[in-house]
Amino acid sequence: MSKAKTLLLQGDEAVVEGGMAAGADFFAGYPITPASEIAEGFAEQLPANGGKFIQMEDEIAGMGCIVGASLAGAKAITATSGPGFSLKQENLGFAIMVEAPCVVVNVQRVGPSTGLPTSPSQGDIMQAKWGTHGDHPIIALSPSSVSETFDLTVTAFNLAEKYRIPVILLLDEIVGHMREKITIPPADELEIVNRKKPKPEDKDNFYPYEETEDLIPPMPDYGTGFKYHSTGLFHDKTGFPRGKTEDAKKLMDRLMGKINNNLDDIIHLEDDLNGDEDVVVLAYGSTVRSAISAVNQVREEGIKAGWVKLKTIWPFADDYVRKLAEKVDRIIVPELNMGQLIGEVERVAAGKAEVTGINRYDGTLITPADVVAEIKGAL
Amino acid sequence: MDVNIDKYLRQDKMPHIWCPGCGHGTVLGSFVRAFDQSGLDQEKTVVISGIGCSGRASGYLNFDTLHVTHGRALTFATGVKMANPELNVIVMTGDGDGAAIGGNHLIHSSRRNIDITVVLFNNNIYGMTGGQFSPMTPTGDTATTSPYGNIDQNFDLCELAKSSGATFVGRGASYQPRKMIKLIKEGLLHKGFAFIETLTQCPVNYGKRNMIGGARDMLKWQDEHLVPDKKYEKMDPEEREGLISTGVLYQVSKEEYTDKYQQVINNVMAGESNE
Repeated sequence: MSKAKTLLLQGDEAVVEGGMAAGADFFAGYPITPASEIAEGFAEQLPANGGKFIQMEDEIAGMGCIVGASLAGAKAITATSGPGFSLKQENLGFAIMVEAPCVVVNVQRVGPSTGLPTSPSQGDIMQAKWGTHGDHPIIALSPSSVSETFDLTVTAFNLAEKYRIPVILLLDEIVGHMREKITIPPADELEIVNRKKPKPEDKDNFYPYEETEDLIPPMPDYGTGFKYHSTGLFHDKTGFPRGKTEDAKKLMDRLMGKINNNLDDIIHLEDDLNGDEDVVVLAYGSTVRSAISAVNQVREEGIKAGWVKLKTIWPFADDYVRKLAEKVDRIIVPELNMGQLIGEVERVAAGKAEVTGINRYDGTLITPADVVAEIKGAL
Repeated sequence: MDVNIDKYLRQDKMPHIWCPGCGHGTVLGSFVRAFDQSGLDQEKTVVISGIGCSGRASGYLNFDTLHVTHGRALTFATGVKMANPELNVIVMTGDGDGAAIGGNHLIHSSRRNIDITVVLFNNNIYGMTGGQFSPMTPTGDTATTSPYGNIDQNFDLCELAKSSGATFVGRGASYQPRKMIKLIKEGLLHKGFAFIETLTQCPVNYGKRNMIGGARDMLKWQDEHLVPDKKYEKMDPEEREGLISTGVLYQVSKEEYTDKYQQVINNVMAGESNE
């Protein structure tokens, strides 16, 4: 029986703890600020538990390597920041196409380009959704504390395995580098999901990309005799391209469908609402902390305010935000960017609530005072 | 030598898409015969290819096969091999895929001496996209992107692999399939990073445009320019001019990467249990 352990950790270190707890046995990546601590942690912990760590020659190689490892049966993860996340995009799209479960951590720093390498940002929200070319599904999670980083790393692996999709874990530099107390639950208290595999007797009549009822085909490990083909080309259930337009639509519909049919399972959020709010602050990542602090402060002054914390960024919580917009006058969206997720809020609110942003993109954080000022300005 | 190669090929994917006169089929045919002779387990073998004419090879082969992004086959292969070192991992790539966009991965996979066998189809051109020059297109030659003659220098990939740390380096050619079968078999059985360059003719997008001619003329060109490495080594530099050495060019035994990592695991785990 394992016991709970209490530690003082950085967010980056919590990714390592969460990954190990989730059963990660493979890391490939390339050093980059402010994510290098994740690689360092896995370099130490993986071999001590029989797992594999490899430092690759570049970011692109790190992404290709975890997809190969995943197909061979590993629970694989890589970690990077903005410039590296840009480089990983093509192979990320490949992972989506061949449905290889894996986790990609992006500890966001200020961009574009080399930007501000050691300063926080939430500038890669849209890149997480649209960075790789073409329409595609994606899951992206964003923690606001060290403890939540542990939890969401486990969730990221579980969702990746369950839905056969790369899951992006979006930290920002604040969450990545701050230290907090964290209690890691005993291993037997964690729910761990592993990918569905075909039975050996299914070999003779096996279609690796079959449209199963749940739209998630079972995935054999390499070397178990299924001898199947995967490609980044649009393919039919056999895994091979036929060059037919109907195959492209069918595959795209299935790839989107396996996510869109399970939004309740995938979308995680928390809120603190009394039901009579005039104004709600909707935040994610490190800005949640200032949002909660500000809401608590103005409530003491009698202002009817509440907060919502999005843990799942993509797919976006359309239904929840739509209902929220029908109930409140104003939604404030603080972001460490020039306004990215606010576009989704505006789209879903569709004019039913006023939507305003608080935006910083200079590498400094949004303070509780910034949020208080915006709340009061809104009244 | 009568071998049943059918079990290594996905019959329902034939005929292949390679052009009449293309040398790629000869390389693929040599590969399956070499694989048969190697005695390796078909069910424990993964073939990974990138983009281009060579990239299509994986789809014709009856193994676990993966057709990846342009130039990155070695990165996926490294992940497969590291995750499960019991698998035989083979990469099929081309001169554009492996030497241009994927050149960095070739250097570093060689450097690690990870147990992967690379078969690089060198047809001196980007064939699938219509005949643009590659890093292996000789200086002065004509391609769709060098209509006035190629000013880039081509280079020796086998020398690159060797100096980067590959422990098996060889060169074969579509004119010499029997020698190529033997070479690929040796590469497959070599423990460590094995790099095999195969010279293959592209009459449609390279030979005709550069006055070498069709497939027959290109194979004749190979016949006139290929020299077994043992003979090549004894020649004076002037005699070597314009000639290409073939066979096993370099082989050395060195500790393999996944073995070394397993040793790390063993040491770390033993250390922890002693605490």
